Amino acid sequence: MNPVLIVQLALVLFVFVALLSSAAVMVYAERKIAAGLQQRLGPYLVGPRGVLQPFADVLKLMVKETLKPKGADTILFMLAPVIAATAAFAAFAVVPFGAETTLFGLLDRPVKLQVADVNVAILVVFAIASMNVYGIVLAGWSSNSKYSLLGALRSASQMISYELSYGLALASVLLVAGSLSLADIVHAQGGTWLRVLPRWFIFVQPLGFVIYMIAGIAETNRAPFDFPEAEQELVAGYHTEYSSMSFAMFFLAEYINMVTVSAVATDLFLGGWQGPFLPASLGWIWFLVKVAALLFFYIWMRWTLPRYRYDQLMQFGWKVLLPLAVLNLVLTAAGVISFAS
Amino acid sequence: MPLDAIAFYVLAVLAVAASLMVIGQRNPIHSVLLLIASFMALAGLYVLLDAPFVAVIQIIIYAGAIMVLFLFVVMLLNAPREQEAADIAHPPVAHGPRRLGALLAVVFAVELVWLLNGLLGGTSETGAEAAAPVSSVREIGRVLFTQYGFAFEVTSILIIVAMVGAVVLAKREI
Repeated sequence: MNPVLIVQLALVLFVFVALLSSAAVMVYAERKIAAGLQQRLGPYLVGPRGVLQPFADVLKLMVKETLKPKGADTILFMLAPVIAATAAFAAFAVVPFGAETTLFGLLDRPVKLQVADVNVAILVVFAIASMNVYGIVLAGWSSNSKYSLLGALRSASQMISYELSYGLALASVLLVAGSLSLADIVHAQGGTWLRVLPRWFIFVQPLGFVIYMIAGIAETNRAPFDFPEAEQELVAGYHTEYSSMSFAMFFLAEYINMVTVSAVATDLFLGGWQGPFLPASLGWIWFLVKVAALLFFYIWMRWTLPRYRYDQLMQFGWKVLLPLAVLNLVLTAAGVISFAS
Repeated sequence: MPLDAIAFYVLAVLAVAASLMVIGQRNPIHSVLLLIASFMALAGLYVLLDAPFVAVIQIIIYAGAIMVLFLFVVMLLNAPREQEAADIAHPPVAHGPRRLGALLAVVFAVELVWLLNGLLGGTSETGAEAAAPVSSVREIGRVLFTQYGFAFEVTSILIIVAMVGAVVLAKREI
């Protein structure tokens, strides 16, 4: 077999396993950080300091019985979590997570640490993010339960509303970088201003970054925007009727979507794998640090802010976030034109 | 067989089969999903044609935005399963529209044959030069705002008119 193909397949497998294990790490981190914020101990029984808790969780889910409500649409009921998980994994395929490397001289030709270097990568991320909504909507509809259906409808309207601001925040970064390729956008952030401030787009696009993170949290249905599964009102929202591995797949999809949103934010605004002190071949360490910081922010938000009211969510999305995103885009475009000429 | 050809046949069969099954379904939600599958297969074919931008736009606009709207409408209206076909003596559609439909189908078939003949004759431009503007986002943007500027603006006015019309129809007492 040709060596390029083998390296490519190995990369695909690596990203798959890395995403799976990132979900496990996130489950543990979420429990521990939540416990810390609430002055509890968190999991401590399974393994040293409870680090094996995620595996215990998965094992528990695997041995549970798969239930199916009466009158549910069997095919769609089984398909919905698969769609959710597939969309979550697929989005990461175009995200670069390190500079070209030869793996310490193991390979004779450098490989890109990115599964597919597409020249429209950022649009691919956006397209797959818009596929996420199908998993949730179909789950809600096929369950034949009113809580599930209400959760699904809320989720669909929430995701459609915030997708606009999300897309406009992406577009303003495109204007600054002048490219649709995520690798090019990261390269455009190399170097420093005045020898201290790194040329990260967060300093050019502070408003864009804030809009991106808010819309990203809403897109991934996390608190304070976790309406699709608002416990007090909807039991558990779109996954009320799910059990066993089907439920585990929704769970997995949620965490992987968070990782993807954070990784894309790192590439777009925080300079990707570039950072001081480390050589370019170890840039992935910087990438991991930045993604971990954003994920911590995600969890911190969840356990700090209470849930919005549904009408507040819609008001905020359409009357505050979207106009701000449009304003940011127009100002950025004007800035880019005046600097270019 | 080269990898491209295998991918082409898989995607083509998927697109055609999914499209056929869209009209063969009794459950509207299944139809919507099969239509999405068909759009996805088309997007894959665009990728094979070296037009990743068109492929992604196909997914964002059709599979992403428009089909979510379809799904929403079908779910909210709670469209029932279609009834089994009525008896032949009382068809659900009157004879007039049926004849018109048959006529349109024939016209479409003739058109299709004509078009394919032209393509196979090699009169249309193919190859790298024809494909170049499709693969570059910069080039698409340039052409869209210069050569096709008028059509672009007219389309946007059309969409605004449609939006205003929809709002007026939905809220009668404005």
